[in-house]
Amino acid sequence: MIDPRSSVIVKRFKNIKRVVAVSSGKGGVGKSMIATTIALKMAKKGLKVGLFDLDFTSPSTHLIMGVKNIQPEEEKGIVPPCVNELAYMSLVFYSGELATPLRGVDISNALLELLSVTQWGDLDILILDMPPGLGDVMLDLIKLVKKIEFVIVTTSSQLAFQTVKKQLKLLRELKVKTIGVVENMKISRIQLIQNETEKLGFVYLTNIPYDKTLEDSIGDCEKLLATNFAKIIDENLIKKMGM
Amino acid sequence: MHEWALAEAVIVAASKIAAKENLKEITEVIIKVGELQQVEEEIILFGFKQLKTDLFKATKFHILKAKTKLKCHNCATTWDFKKENLDETTAESIHFVPEVAHAYVKCPKCGSPDFEIVEGRGIWLEKIKGVK
Ligand SMILES: Nc1ncnc2c1ncn2[C@@H]1O[C@H](COP(=O)(O)OP(=O)(O)O)[C@@H](O)[C@H]1O
Ligand SMILES: [Mg+2]
Ligand SMILES: [Zn+2]
Repeated sequence: MIDPRSSVIVKRFKNIKRVVAVSSGKGGVGKSMIATTIALKMAKKGLKVGLFDLDFTSPSTHLIMGVKNIQPEEEKGIVPPCVNELAYMSLVFYSGELATPLRGVDISNALLELLSVTQWGDLDILILDMPPGLGDVMLDLIKLVKKIEFVIVTTSSQLAFQTVKKQLKLLRELKVKTIGVVENMKISRIQLIQNETEKLGFVYLTNIPYDKTLEDSIGDCEKLLATNFAKIIDENLIKKMGM
Repeated sequence: MHEWALAEAVIVAASKIAAKENLKEITEVIIKVGELQQVEEEIILFGFKQLKTDLFKATKFHILKAKTKLKCHNCATTWDFKKENLDETTAESIHFVPEVAHAYVKCPKCGSPDFEIVEGRGIWLEKIKGVK
């Protein structure tokens, strides 16, 4: 018995120029906020952008963008709806706001299902909002989507960065392209994270200061794009991502 | 029509196997579909018809149905998934991504949503036959 789904994934990604996973070994470091903001800002520049929420048990991008009352269309698969000029996909289209307890095998299966039936069409870039950790989703994606690249998010805390360091080494071992590291919610001027990142041979992309206005922007894309947080992502991060 | 994407996966997977086994022609493809995903047979067969390449000129496609067995991780009860117990929107959500069953289906004995999909989840390539 053979699971046919993985065979078709290359085809589904054929017309997507770049696939960038916003990832971290740690949770709560700002992956979802950064992934959503990158996607929205790139779309504003006229690029064709997709955003795929892969944090199946705790999705947040729909909350950040205030997505409501929208469903994908069916056309030779599932066609992601256009949300704020993004081709947008999330499991919440099917699970709603209900708790969805998933074990590893279920997460792998849900991922495989969505990768094989979602018809993204032509995209300049697909941004993946990743779940925390070095688990099933990260490993499955590395196996299934050969063109994947990573942007790694840490905070200034050693508790985040020590895990991120392990993640960086793992990605190097797996020969996966890592664009670099973002230091988010920075509150001091200490350059420790930058120094250590560069010592490991990775690019320190930017730091993003703690932005008090950010929480108030949740659910409102225009507000989010007007924050200092979004401005830094636009001016420092997107350029270094080569877009 | 989202079955079309799954039909395409079957065609691509079968073609890959044929290439590996040096098959010049595929004579028979047997797939199994689990009740949980509620895949429409006619749409899958229609997809095959539209998608088939020369390799599948004379292929007989068979679709077998598999019951869905669920097993509770909490109390070890096993039971069969029955679509009839769900409303239409829920059934449709599970149709698109069977794992979201964990948001809607509970163990009939203890009420836990922490169950294993033992068998009969989605679509499987059961067997292919061909000539070299
Ligand atoms: N630069 C920042 N300044 C202030 N708050 C931030 C910043 N980055 C993220 N946050 C907040 O931190 C929390 C976690 O962010 P989130 O994007 O959900 O993290 P993750 O996806 O890594 O779990 C959210 O409440 C978010 O608004
Ligand atoms: Mg998140
Ligand atoms: Zn039970």
